[in-house]
Amino acid sequence: MPGIYLHIPFCKQKCHYCNFYSLASLKYRDVFVNALLKEMHLRNDYLQGKHIETVYFGGGTPSLLSIDEINRIVIEISTLFHLDSQAEITLEANPDNLSPEYLQALKSRTAINRLSIGVQSFFDDDLRYLHRVHDGNHARKAIEAAKQTGFDNMTIDLIYGIPTLTTEKWGKNLSLFFEYDIPHLSSYALTVEPKTALQVLIDKQKLKPAKEDETLSHFEILLDQARQHGFEQYEISNYALPGFYARHNSAYWLGGHYLGLGPSAHSFNGHSRQWNVKNMKQYIESETVDRIVLEKEVLTKSQQYNEYVMTSLRTIWGCNAEHIQNVFGEEYVISFRQKIHKYVEGQKIVQKGNRFTLTDAGKLFADGIAGDLFVDKG
Amino acid sequence: MENIRNFCIIAHIDHGKSTLADRLLEFTGTVSKRDAQAQVLDDMDLERERGITIKSHAIQMDYEQDNKKYVLNLIDTPGHVDFSYEVSRSIAACEGALLVVDATQGIQAQTISNLYLAIEHDLEIIPVLNKMDLDNAMPDEVKDQIVDMLGCDEEDILEASGKTGYGVDKILETIVSQVPSPKGDPEAPLQALIFDSVFNPFRGIIAYFRIFNGEIKKGDLVKFVNTGKEYNADEIGVLRLKQEPRKVLRTGDVGYIISGIKTSKEVKVGDTITHVENPCTTIIGGFEDVKPMVFAGIYPTDADDYEELRTAIEKLQLNDASLTFEPESSLALGFGFRCGFLGLLHMEIIQERLDREFDMSVITTMPNVSYRVVTNKKETVEVHNPSGLPEQTYIDHIEEPFIRAQIITRTEYIGPLIKLCLDKRGELKNQVYLTTSRVELTVDMPLGEIVFDFYDKLKSISKGYASFDYHISGYRPAKLVKLDILLNGEPVDALSTLTHQDNAYGLGRRICVKLKDLIPRQQFDIAVQAAIGAKIIARETIKAVRKDVTAKCYGGDITRKRKLLEKQKKGKKRMRQVGNVEVPQQAFLVVLRLND
Repeated sequence: MPGIYLHIPFCKQKCHYCNFYSLASLKYRDVFVNALLKEMHLRNDYLQGKHIETVYFGGGTPSLLSIDEINRIVIEISTLFHLDSQAEITLEANPDNLSPEYLQALKSRTAINRLSIGVQSFFDDDLRYLHRVHDGNHARKAIEAAKQTGFDNMTIDLIYGIPTLTTEKWGKNLSLFFEYDIPHLSSYALTVEPKTALQVLIDKQKLKPAKEDETLSHFEILLDQARQHGFEQYEISNYALPGFYARHNSAYWLGGHYLGLGPSAHSFNGHSRQWNVKNMKQYIESETVDRIVLEKEVLTKSQQYNEYVMTSLRTIWGCNAEHIQNVFGEEYVISFRQKIHKYVEGQKIVQKGNRFTLTDAGKLFADGIAGDLFVDKG
Repeated sequence: MENIRNFCIIAHIDHGKSTLADRLLEFTGTVSKRDAQAQVLDDMDLERERGITIKSHAIQMDYEQDNKKYVLNLIDTPGHVDFSYEVSRSIAACEGALLVVDATQGIQAQTISNLYLAIEHDLEIIPVLNKMDLDNAMPDEVKDQIVDMLGCDEEDILEASGKTGYGVDKILETIVSQVPSPKGDPEAPLQALIFDSVFNPFRGIIAYFRIFNGEIKKGDLVKFVNTGKEYNADEIGVLRLKQEPRKVLRTGDVGYIISGIKTSKEVKVGDTITHVENPCTTIIGGFEDVKPMVFAGIYPTDADDYEELRTAIEKLQLNDASLTFEPESSLALGFGFRCGFLGLLHMEIIQERLDREFDMSVITTMPNVSYRVVTNKKETVEVHNPSGLPEQTYIDHIEEPFIRAQIITRTEYIGPLIKLCLDKRGELKNQVYLTTSRVELTVDMPLGEIVFDFYDKLKSISKGYASFDYHISGYRPAKLVKLDILLNGEPVDALSTLTHQDNAYGLGRRICVKLKDLIPRQQFDIAVQAAIGAKIIARETIKAVRKDVTAKCYGGDITRKRKLLEKQKKGKKRMRQVGNVEVPQQAFLVVLRLND
């Protein structure tokens, strides 16, 4: 399960809802790539020589990288780490970057074997609301070109609950997705994160906020459609045909270890999590000072437990009482069983043996239920 | 006796009383500049920070003039409306008063009412214009105000600056020459006035007194007339920077007595001390048994801290006899105490002291005043809690406390201020122009209207330029109804209020709307209702939450999300359960927050 995440913090423009670290300028592009390679050298023992099974180029907009830059990065990884020959190597891409030529080069000249296209919607007004660079036409063209190039393992993002997105339009977005015969979909509700442009614009009443009822009905349609087309909702915001689960992302929910490279990237080794500085200038200095500026938290047992509950509950594998017993002990499993009981009775959770998973109704309250199951001590 | 001068300082908050007092102490060598902590007289942290002298203290100074030695006793006075009785007792212990007025601000309402008290007690008034060092001092205008008030000559007004020490020498000279020495009969039976008391953890309650007639010796058997309790004068002495024991204190002296008194209730400010053998024939007039007028429930935030809260309140009561408490329980809040305070500021101070000195986190319910309920059988019951009201059918009528309030303001705010008072069921009694630009309003109004958002409105209407003072003037019958708040049909006892019939509908509606804001949405609809008896008069619905998440959660989101959920869980733990509804603490103070 061990994986490497690479944060490519550049964008042509910032999307209103995005709270990831990213710069709307390519000024530092060259030094950044060098610093990223340097960081790999500095931290090549983080995963303790384990086989790397997944590599994920996230961002930001990784599709702004040139073919050569991608190759330099992947080659460095394979030199410094044990990169599995069957590794899943994903590139997040914005539709407007995916020209047939670029796609062709990705396919034939790089090790990228999975594409994640940030479509979000096929309608121009939704994309304008989100302040995306691309339009609906770009989105369709990119998907078609990717398919033509032979990227079978592909996923797209679709956001629902956008105030401009009517239920009818949402239905059309989904139909288009299913028509394209793509094996994986990431789909989540538009979330107003603190300190984003979206929050400011909504507070200033320059943008409409989402309507809860519509968001809910979008979610219901999504669950229904996904089922009809044979997709499994293997995590609250991820849907796939059998055999196409995202291996990299699944590791996040299953407690896998990962090394995050690039500014703001998070790393996790089972008992501590650390995140690099969210500052390009400080990050690129690491090349000269041989040190990455980062913050680190060592997770207490109860924090590890809380994270286990919070992430596993979102997945198709669910929360496992036996696992809790084995890893965290008697005290935790007793608390877990006591608290989960009312949710089973209230049909928010189904129990199968030791496994507890959310029902459709429960999926709407995953956060509240997880928080309630939390243990609050050191 | 002719070398003794007993005086106090009358001033508005922030007019520099404590700083000026510090200068007097320095000038007379009572404290050296080096070990003088700013504002020596205010020895509670809170007092120093708020700049309010909460408890009055006294201090003795030696002073020499024209080769004669004088003993000056400065009796400090608390500066807030809630403590007007204490002020009156301090004044009664003096022959003179410094009237300290901020030269940049002019006379304020409280100064005036205390000044009247001093004049009533025949004190020699020495007007002092303070803060003369400031650029924005307006001595001429403020002197005019003082001349108007006192009928003195402008030349009689001293100029000073507590900050620089300017004029302090002149003040001391004037005290000696103008303030009369104490009169009284040294041979008569002992008659002394208790004007304050403090609690010392090792020595018990220490009472401060002023002797009007006779003398007291260490070891004397004395009696506190109003409580009827008798004590041995284990130690007596004078109040220097520290207490200095003496063998005897005589007519005119100010001193302290320690006699093993354990609880503050036994020492009542205004009480008379005399000898058990050969007692005085008359007691000192003006004694009142001060009763708390404002009540509120105080509950531990964490129900497990109930006993700790009791201990903390008991300790506070040791040096604050005007604080009362009795256990009470609320369906919504569990076990706590109904506490009685002299007024709103007193309540705030207690809350803050609980937090600061005892690290107690508490929920305070809405304050209410003390009501008198007259039953059908013509019995009078005092009610300190709306939920303790007898059934409507047993009530003949309810009486509520009234105050007489003095408001001093600049003339441009007079219209809106009168409207505010009338909205609060006030009756305008008098309107006097102190100068062409300042006016004094006298208003009778219900105390119950002051405890809700009156001060804030007064300050905002007058842009901070109105000052306010009041005293309780008696009880009047009023058409009061009990307004209940229900959450999903369950009455929340801690949210019940007594309100005037005419205001009930409006208030009920506003409370419901505000609660809709303050109570977070839950997994079901919540009906928020206001009711008088069985009649629902307002309703709001808090819509059920239909989802709490469908957001993404990848590697970079996990820590943040976990922390957020942990924080929410903590917040939830501090909420109180009413039926199946979780109610956050701030909702219990909803009435005070209607204007937020």
